[in-house]
Amino acid sequence: MTRLSSAFAKPHRALVTFITAGDGDTAANLDALVEGGADVIELGMPFTDPMADGPAIQAANIRALGAGTTTAEVLRIAREFRQRHPDVPLVLMGYANPMVRRGPEWFASAAAEAGVDGVICVDIPPEEDDALGPALRAAGIAPIRLATPTTDAARLPQVLEGSAGFLYYVSVAGITGKQQAAQASIDEAVRRLKAATNLPVAVGFGVRTPEQAAAIAKVADGVVVGSALVELVGEHGKDAPEHLRKLTSALAEAIRTAG
Amino acid sequence: MTEHPNSSGNQPPAKANSFRQMPDSRGHFGTYGGRYVAETLMPLVLELEREYRAAKADAAFQQQFDDLLEHYVGRPSPLYFAERLTEALGGAQMWFKREELNHTGAHKINNCIGQILLAIRMGKTRIIAETGAGQHGVATATVCARFGLPCTIFMGATDVARQQPNVFRMKLLGAEVVPVDSGAATLKDAMNEALRHWVAHVEDTFYIIGTAAGPHPYPELVRDFQSVIGKEARAQMLARTGRLPDLLVAAVGGGSNAIGLFHPFLDDPDVAMVGVEAAGHGIDSGQHAASLTGGAPGVLHGNKTYLLQDEDGQITEAHSISAGLDYPGIGPEHAWLYESGRVKYLPIGDDEALEAFQLCCRLEGIIPALESAHALAALPKLVGDYGRDQIILVNVSGRGDKDIFTVADKLGVKI
Ligand SMILES: Cc1ncc(COP(=O)(O)O)c(C=O)c1O
Repeated sequence: MTRLSSAFAKPHRALVTFITAGDGDTAANLDALVEGGADVIELGMPFTDPMADGPAIQAANIRALGAGTTTAEVLRIAREFRQRHPDVPLVLMGYANPMVRRGPEWFASAAAEAGVDGVICVDIPPEEDDALGPALRAAGIAPIRLATPTTDAARLPQVLEGSAGFLYYVSVAGITGKQQAAQASIDEAVRRLKAATNLPVAVGFGVRTPEQAAAIAKVADGVVVGSALVELVGEHGKDAPEHLRKLTSALAEAIRTAG
Repeated sequence: MTEHPNSSGNQPPAKANSFRQMPDSRGHFGTYGGRYVAETLMPLVLELEREYRAAKADAAFQQQFDDLLEHYVGRPSPLYFAERLTEALGGAQMWFKREELNHTGAHKINNCIGQILLAIRMGKTRIIAETGAGQHGVATATVCARFGLPCTIFMGATDVARQQPNVFRMKLLGAEVVPVDSGAATLKDAMNEALRHWVAHVEDTFYIIGTAAGPHPYPELVRDFQSVIGKEARAQMLARTGRLPDLLVAAVGGGSNAIGLFHPFLDDPDVAMVGVEAAGHGIDSGQHAASLTGGAPGVLHGNKTYLLQDEDGQITEAHSISAGLDYPGIGPEHAWLYESGRVKYLPIGDDEALEAFQLCCRLEGIIPALESAHALAALPKLVGDYGRDQIILVNVSGRGDKDIFTVADKLGVKI
């Protein structure tokens, strides 16, 4: 079993949490997420042009880059996380250009060496898989794909082909942030996805509260929370860990009682 | 695109080994181009490609496009022998393709006409676009007014401040102008915001991209719509001189006016081509917009192409005196033509462009856009390679009325 499949084989649904690398004291913030009960960590790789992100994560990218966060620093954060938390799956999430800059093989082997389990690349759809997918698979890293409300039945098999780790369902046609999907539409979409794949399905975009998380956990294998956590990092700076721990435990608690 | 009936010239069909057969079925120009977009947008760009193929094969679509270009835009644009500039440079004949005489004052409208017809064909009811200097924004707002579609233009807040006349023009034409505050608040950020908006309004919204870049099929369809420039020029040159030009010169921002001029000539082996990139304060200063000369391959805004970026793949800010060239990327077909060697690319700085701007005003009575002034500034450097009986054709992509404040400021004049 991989770290990712173990996380989705727990008796409860998985809580997947996102923060941006280099934004605040990332090591302390990541530890707080784990202590609060996160089952999977998504670590955002900052990029100058985060086209799929709303204001909260855009601001986090700017803060991280402003603090001088390099690719080497992101990998260092990952490596040290892996040393402190040997069993918690870690997924890098970001945009194509920083990932392919030194060549996909370089990135894949550096990420594998840092103990990364999966990679989500927002702007490499299945059509451009060659740009990164083969290198990730060769390095034993799961390429995690996104399905969205616009991914229709005809297209879904192409998205699933070559996906690994889990399937990330983006519940709103939109950017990360506050826009929320109607629960009924999430239920319907997750049922459709689960009928088409054995991969665990995690739902994200617009998930902010324990109540939402609980409702999603009734149907999906995982719940992804990003912007709400990133906002806490932006708001509380050095004091972010305690706030992150609090929100994460509330989310984890809600998921465990629901799922 | 089937040939424009008024302007097909003696266009040879694309041959095997042709430079005119790109992109491939996946939208790749060699290793460049492609569809690097979020999954939410993928079904849309696939639908756009299907619709574009259908439109391309539809005579009625072509006819409507041609008709609007003739009667609304004012095409064909003249081919003009620049006699006094030729004298001043003392060598090859200098000819201008007069895109600055188009309605709205630049080549941008050619593409907007084509794309709004596609939008209508696809049943889309809202239009969005990004703009830098405001030329593409004005052209988009114009076609939206003409066809009665609501229009939202994303424009960097820095550009909104320095291009007030175009902002007001867009508003007069009924467009909503949304200032974008992220990043350096210029064209790249406007494009990010337009993409964000598009992802959230996929059902009813058509995104009119302003240059030959972005996810496939945009680079191809923008090129095809802009190819009217080269098709006309080819026919006009043959009619006037009985021969083809020896050299084509055009400024390259994203690359739409250049590819529009170049593409119909790509398989004419005796026609050389130079794309002029904005060198800003100089390549070595780091403050420039020359993606080919000073950049490296990468992925941004839906395509793989040359980009200004650091060693980690973070995009760096472009600089040019010309807002329309102030972008850290370039269309993927140019990246491919650059590597194949078919087209040469030359960097020209702010000061050289400023000088050529003034020279063109005084010698030819034409106030060129600062973008086009970059192409004009390359002429003194190129003229020596050609004899007096040879022909250099320059694309005057736009008029410079929009730039008079920038130029006055640089010249230390208060207006
Ligand atoms: C007059 C003019 N020429 C050239 C450009 C550069 O764009 P492109 O390279 O797509 O022709 C612009 C862009 O705003 C423009 O307004």
